[in-house]
Amino acid sequence: MDFATFLVQCLNAIQYGLLLFLLASGLTLIFGIMGVINLAHGSFYMVGAYMAFALSPLFGGNFLVTLIAGTVLAAVLGYLLEWVFFSYLYQREHLQQVLMTYGLILVFEELRSLLVGNDVHGVPVPSWLAGSLPLGDLMQYPWYRLFASGTCIVLAVALYLVVNHTRLGMMIRAGASDRDMVRGLGINIRRLYRTVFAAGVALAALAGMIAAPISSVYPNMGASVLIICFVVVVIGGIGSITGALVASLLVGFVDTFGKVFFSEAAGIGIYVLMAAVLIWRPEGLMGRRA
Amino acid sequence: MNTTTTFSMKSAPTIPAAPRHGGIWLPLAVAVALAAAGPVLTGYLGDMVVKVMILAIFALSLELLVGMTGLVSLGHAAYFGVGAYVTVIASGDGAGNLALLVALAMLASAGYALAVGVLSLRTRGVYFIMVTLAFAQMAYFIFHDTPVGGGSDGIYLYARPALGPLDMENRLTVFYVVLAALVFTYALLALIRRSRFGAALAGIRANEQRMRAAGFATFWYKLAAFVIAGALAGLAGFLVAARDGVVNPEMLSWHISGEVLLMVILGGIGHLRGAVLGAIVFTLLKELLSTHGIVGPLADHWQLTLGLSIIAFVALLPKGLIGLVQRTAKEAK
Repeated sequence: MDFATFLVQCLNAIQYGLLLFLLASGLTLIFGIMGVINLAHGSFYMVGAYMAFALSPLFGGNFLVTLIAGTVLAAVLGYLLEWVFFSYLYQREHLQQVLMTYGLILVFEELRSLLVGNDVHGVPVPSWLAGSLPLGDLMQYPWYRLFASGTCIVLAVALYLVVNHTRLGMMIRAGASDRDMVRGLGINIRRLYRTVFAAGVALAALAGMIAAPISSVYPNMGASVLIICFVVVVIGGIGSITGALVASLLVGFVDTFGKVFFSEAAGIGIYVLMAAVLIWRPEGLMGRRA
Repeated sequence: MNTTTTFSMKSAPTIPAAPRHGGIWLPLAVAVALAAAGPVLTGYLGDMVVKVMILAIFALSLELLVGMTGLVSLGHAAYFGVGAYVTVIASGDGAGNLALLVALAMLASAGYALAVGVLSLRTRGVYFIMVTLAFAQMAYFIFHDTPVGGGSDGIYLYARPALGPLDMENRLTVFYVVLAALVFTYALLALIRRSRFGAALAGIRANEQRMRAAGFATFWYKLAAFVIAGALAGLAGFLVAARDGVVNPEMLSWHISGEVLLMVILGGIGHLRGAVLGAIVFTLLKELLSTHGIVGPLADHWQLTLGLSIIAFVALLPKGLIGLVQRTAKEAK
């Protein structure tokens, strides 16, 4: 493998890892704060990707407007879902939450099939990002993938700032470490939950929208990505956003280079990584010892 | 963000209290009735009964983990699928020996459960759910992406397994073999529940820390339960392969893991008959929702109606169907 190929693969790995981070951070936030294990998180990714496909004609193909509109819609969807479906589940067992979110996956999958059908659709790359960055004589790297990585980095930094340096972030961190105390201090925990859930859904949908031009949109795209997110969360440690970032990049590299070197068994690489982490640190790289 | 400990502490009191030892008469009567009705159950009805019985074995194997030990596994389809694949692969191009194939399928599933169990039992609570799911997905990819099991199309059995006069080509033989396997599974789990080992598992479910303090090496108890559950799921997988003569990677998909967990919860956790009831009701519900004659054009969208049913069920019946039965029985008194 020459240097240019290596560089391209590295960029691919980073781009994939960052996208996973957007998803996994939402998942880990929702679990960390609300204690809900959300199997439907992959469905929100799918909803996002299909929004990129379906909304784009409404906005004359303007990609940025589509992104913003889709994110807002997803946040509203998350807000409503929390209200209608999740708010009565907090006192219940995890098992029941798992079941309910499993039911939601089926509903979303079937609604998708009803509304858009079961075909694979391509989503065009916006024209201003259509070209490629030349790398050396033969290789080039699409601008759009760089744009995707850049957007993810901006969002990751924003997430870091919000969680660590704002009042809302303070409430989120407090809520994750001691729910009852936060309630006791007079913080409206219901509203906090609803906000966090809406943010998680918006992040997942945004990841889907950004991924849509790269991966195109297809049925069951949410399920496969959900399980990879679980692997990321297990490796990183539940509730830790830094852990999610490190683990996402690790998974991105293992998956990308696994495809290059062992194309036959590429799907298995990340699970081997997860097994190794479980042997070494069962609580995850950044998780606190239970 | 120490969420894993709060999980185990919070969930402990909501798990059903120590199981009451249900009478053996009802399950025995059902088994005898089924055995007597075997020759009459033909066609569609017969197929349904066999299907439900196999799924009941599968659900019972998971009940050993979820209900009896308090371990929520969302990757149970892996052992089901491994059992089925091993049956077909080991049969080669002739009719395999029934007894040998059953043993091989169960051993292979137990072996995979041992490997997964050693790793995943290092975690608990919601971690455990995710890790078991991820390892099941790994098994799915092994059969889906590599040529060992014919890739995404799956592989066919050339000839169904047989042992002397027991030939799985015969519908009635299939019926009685499946019934015998169900009775075996139910009896085995009922015995485990009454044993010292079962009592230790119940203790682990209620409060693992206290069990450890009392001197139990809880990890090994949980691992033993995990391996037995894997072997029994492998038995169900063997039966599916022997009945259908074909296996494909979808048997290991996480939808199947979700469905079997749903059966256990639908029936009511902590009761063996709950798992069986759950398997019956879930299969019938799915059949009902996808039959054009009953629900009309909605049948094409059974996933939607099934998903909504699941959500309604979670909202309305937190203790499962067994809970409903017990509640109505109490009110009638």
